[in-house]
Amino acid sequence: MNETTAAQTRDPIFRLQGVNKAYNGRCVLHVGSLDIRRGEVFALVGPSGAGKSTLLRLLNFLEPPTSGAIRFLDVPFSASQPMPLDLRRRVTTVFQRPVLLNRSVRENVKYGLHLRGRRDGDRLVDATLEQVGLHELSDQRARTLSGGEAQRVALARAMVLKPDALLLDEPTANLDPYNVGLIEEIVRRLNREQGTTLVLVTHNVFQARRLADRVALLLEGQVIEEADVETFFQSPRDPRTGAFVRGEMVY
Amino acid sequence: MIAIRDPALFQIIQLSLRVSGVALLFSTLIGIPLGAMLGLTRFAGRRLVVALLYTGMGFPPVVVGLFVYLMLSRSGPLGRLNWAAVPALFTPAAMVVAQCIISFPLVAGFTMAAVMGLDPQLRQQVQALGATRWQTTAAILMEARVGVVVSVIAGFGSIISEVGAVMMVGGNIEHKTRVLTTAIVLETRKGNFLAMAIGIVLLAISFVTNVAMLYLQGRTFEE
Repeated sequence: MNETTAAQTRDPIFRLQGVNKAYNGRCVLHVGSLDIRRGEVFALVGPSGAGKSTLLRLLNFLEPPTSGAIRFLDVPFSASQPMPLDLRRRVTTVFQRPVLLNRSVRENVKYGLHLRGRRDGDRLVDATLEQVGLHELSDQRARTLSGGEAQRVALARAMVLKPDALLLDEPTANLDPYNVGLIEEIVRRLNREQGTTLVLVTHNVFQARRLADRVALLLEGQVIEEADVETFFQSPRDPRTGAFVRGEMVY
Repeated sequence: MIAIRDPALFQIIQLSLRVSGVALLFSTLIGIPLGAMLGLTRFAGRRLVVALLYTGMGFPPVVVGLFVYLMLSRSGPLGRLNWAAVPALFTPAAMVVAQCIISFPLVAGFTMAAVMGLDPQLRQQVQALGATRWQTTAAILMEARVGVVVSVIAGFGSIISEVGAVMMVGGNIEHKTRVLTTAIVLETRKGNFLAMAIGIVLLAISFVTNVAMLYLQGRTFEE
């Protein structure tokens, strides 16, 4: 319980205010106000098409919001204010379907360090590959990996950058239980030991419950409810949250 | 062997390689960025540019030759200016211009196709890892390298083997603008066996350059 209160008093790493995102005039995301706190595991749940992945793209500064602003470490990011490169590089994403470069596993993990002009990362790369259990495969070409291995490479190439915030977009949706367990364990350790803020998008409420400190339900682009994990699952305020966690239809 | 025995032939080979090499260099410098841009960005008029490019990929060299001939001739729109930067007709520089126009659409077109054939998610994931715009483009071209090298091979093939344009703007002048292809035409007309030998030299050059460029594609074929 103490941990929860500590998390609640921590300052926000992301602060969203009046953030809207529209494609071709159709609004797909509308977030009045949302804070993601430093060092927490924040899960975004909701049915597909709710705007979860869109929100993650905004949080990784891959697209600007149509209106409103996202403050990252108190620096605003909006349609007219691009995020400076050094801050942009403190956030990264692991996507549902990893697209690896057609190189060796090791080169893939090293790639983000290369982008930052760092040539000294060999030991870090080795240690990270060890962490995700792929050290034996480090010279293999990334194309030849299985789905679970490829996703662990994607996780390793993100972890090696030691981001302040790691965004996970359905990272285990297509994986077997063994790899799901591995990946959950790795990110949990990353959060506990390095204090990395995790934002997890999932449609799997069980995964949200296993990993998250706080959970938000997103429906049709709007945050319906945002609460700590206990409240969200035990005594949700909104009836639609209750329906969603019980696996009933909520549209 | 033939080349060493015959200094005239050696000169012809040298000029062929120089003209087509320089033309290929310029086509690559224009074609790869243009192809990458067309494959990666969406802008008004893109369809038209792509349609023009596809047309350019199939341009008859002799028509390109005619066009350059008209532009550069003394009374043509460019020739009239008498600028130092505008090459005179019947010089190697004029041949380079014509060959550039023939090969850059091929380089750009194949590069565009190679870039568009990649996973559309690649760009976003590379950006998410912190790549700048230039780093993203570099990564994409690197991933598309098999196709990009094919584009350069196609560009080279189209000009080293081309007769119409170099004949028209170069004029097949001995010691000045005679290249392998125009020499073959001439020797054949004279009923000279040398034509066949030159043809073999041309084939050999094509083969050697293509093998060399395949190395640029890297280990991709060895998987």
